[in-house]
Amino acid sequence: MSTSRDLERYAALFASRTKVMKSSAMRDLMAVTARPEVISLAGGLPDTSSFPPDTFAAVAQRIAAESCAKALQYGPTEGLAETKDCIAQVMAAENMRVDPEDVVVTTGGQQVIDLVAKTLIDPGDVVIAEGPTYPGAVPVFCAYQAEVVQIDMDGAGMRVDLLEAALERLEREGRRPKFIYTVPTFQNPAGVTMSLARRTRLVEVAHERELLVLEDNPYGLLRYEGDPLPPLFRLDGGVYVMYLGTFSKILSPGIRLGWVVAPPPVLEKINLGKQAADLCTSTLSQLMVQAYFERGRWEDYVESLTDTYRTRRDTMLDALAEHFPRQAEWTRPGGGLFIWATLPDFIDTTDLLARALRDNVAFVPGVAAFLDGRGRSSMRLNFSASDEESIREGIRRIGEVVTEQVELYGTLTGEYRLEDAAGAEVVPMPTPAERERRAKGE
Amino acid sequence: MSRVAVLKGGRSLERQVSLRSGARVEDALGRLGHEVVSIDAGHDLIRRLREADPDLAFVAMHGRDGEDGTVQELLEILGIPYTGSGVLACGRAMDKVLAKHLMLEAGIPTPEFFAFNETAFRELGAADALGEIEERLAFPIVVKPSSQGSALGVRFARSAADVPAAIVAAFSYDSRVLLERYVDGRDLAVSILDGEPLPVVEAVPRDDEFYDFEARYEIGRTDFVCPAELPDGLTAAAQELALRTYRLLGCTAFARVDLMLDAGGELTVLEANPIPGLTDTSLLPQAADAAGISFDSLIGRILELAVERQPA
Repeated sequence: MSTSRDLERYAALFASRTKVMKSSAMRDLMAVTARPEVISLAGGLPDTSSFPPDTFAAVAQRIAAESCAKALQYGPTEGLAETKDCIAQVMAAENMRVDPEDVVVTTGGQQVIDLVAKTLIDPGDVVIAEGPTYPGAVPVFCAYQAEVVQIDMDGAGMRVDLLEAALERLEREGRRPKFIYTVPTFQNPAGVTMSLARRTRLVEVAHERELLVLEDNPYGLLRYEGDPLPPLFRLDGGVYVMYLGTFSKILSPGIRLGWVVAPPPVLEKINLGKQAADLCTSTLSQLMVQAYFERGRWEDYVESLTDTYRTRRDTMLDALAEHFPRQAEWTRPGGGLFIWATLPDFIDTTDLLARALRDNVAFVPGVAAFLDGRGRSSMRLNFSASDEESIREGIRRIGEVVTEQVELYGTLTGEYRLEDAAGAEVVPMPTPAERERRAKGE
Repeated sequence: MSRVAVLKGGRSLERQVSLRSGARVEDALGRLGHEVVSIDAGHDLIRRLREADPDLAFVAMHGRDGEDGTVQELLEILGIPYTGSGVLACGRAMDKVLAKHLMLEAGIPTPEFFAFNETAFRELGAADALGEIEERLAFPIVVKPSSQGSALGVRFARSAADVPAAIVAAFSYDSRVLLERYVDGRDLAVSILDGEPLPVVEAVPRDDEFYDFEARYEIGRTDFVCPAELPDGLTAAAQELALRTYRLLGCTAFARVDLMLDAGGELTVLEANPIPGLTDTSLLPQAADAAGISFDSLIGRILELAVERQPA
């Protein structure tokens, strides 16, 4: 019988970078969200249920018939030329031109974040990210022991003025950030998109200060309204902006295919890092993408996903308006997979998740998107992975527990009523500072 | 050798810890030569127990359902002997308010407290009494759910401004909350095995920050010292208090009692856990180890002490 579960036996051997940031409370709670009876608005999964099985079969059939040996073999570390052609097509759909030489095919977009961090970060180095940032990037930055400076966002994305102020401060401290990590379009988790003015300024800042930027763009093609804005990569021309793309949201996360475009000297190091990590990306997956793209219908599938997600987003927005108390606010994403909702500051969404789980509904507490404990009153809600009925019911249940807590707080403070009879005077929410003053009798 | 059903997981927020406890218990039972049937407690719990027809059940569940007497009640109905405390002891220990009232009555020191259910605030205007309570307990005040076993939902209120949000947070976990006087001091745990106290474990948080409950069980953020280095007589006093608490609540076979030792050398009992963690970092196995009892022997002893009980 194994004693391999005895942690203390191995604990002394662990590298310091294995210390994870995620709290044990969060782990305990997330373990419960996986139960089948829970409506989970917590994940970030695309809906793969509408992908036609006969297309999958035809693609597999074709590989079996034409390139079986190749599919079963190792491939070049940087990826197959055929796959890079598909990547060029996807980038062209967002008006970007790319030289296949500048691309490395990776095992999902997540590997790009890991490889870029591996290539650039020494322990203690500064990385700039949005606040909130992609929760999946948090353990990567922790693993490489980066010091992450998170820049506040508003409805137009990262506050580039605050970024510049942070860069000034760092410069005074003699520290130069290794790179700026951003999801400018339909950001995960905030659901907001960086304005053109800020994109332009961000690229200027990168040039002025010779700073690398990692633009993570998984959702650019999942647009539900409005006109596209140019990706940072296009504005910059690939000098300081490294680009992360993925097939996960436009085709399948199961095939684990992403890519990175970076200036040649950086790409060379990334390629070495990739070689050490996994030699090459799955050849089978790459050939499947190639065969799928040759059918010429990939954009139709993206369009059908877009239609599905648009309806689900609208359903969630309607449900939020109906069920969340007016003290809550949330973003209205023009694309992507997420809505970011912020509740009054006396509600801690980690505790709220525990309460919501009793009603079998889950979301991601906002703290998961920060490295500094902020985000306690916010939550990330996913609308791509659940059908409309589940979204309506899930939001109704969350709204009910939020309302319950708002009311209870009102009762406790005696200063606030949720919904009085029509015409009743509603006292505005006290801020913590105000409450402190009142408590002191001032 | 016996066929043992190991009950673990379940719907509790301590599911993750319970899965680890259960897995470790299963390994030990296997080494001891028992046949193990592993059951993650869910909708099919009764059906699976009937199918497995075990000689006895090892309850390795923490928190709601497993530690509050629910699963124990079901096992009694099925006539399956089980490890650890019975329905009544579990019910008393998991309900911190009830346990503390019993301690007060029996003269066991426990930090002063007030407890409320939501109705008290919603319908009886209990909020108007918060001022008096705050004055009585003095800041900082510990606010916690009555029945949550882990650190989840436990908050410090440093001033009156913090109290309402802390109460809202605690109500996320339970319909009753407890406002308790904060004891500044050393954090001790005394595990009891078969009516005998084991060496005292002290949890020493590494961060100098104001006490962080979450840090308590996280590797690398808390150091555990066992046996705890205590002044003369205090080890025996802590063990005596723990044993009295164990008996008062009617625990069987094993339990862990958490205490505080303040700067004046006074001991107070915070709570008792009828099914403490059995993971690789848990305190009961550490204490047993310090007493020369290996994990396998510990599990073997607990199994021997399993009894069949009749439903009330």
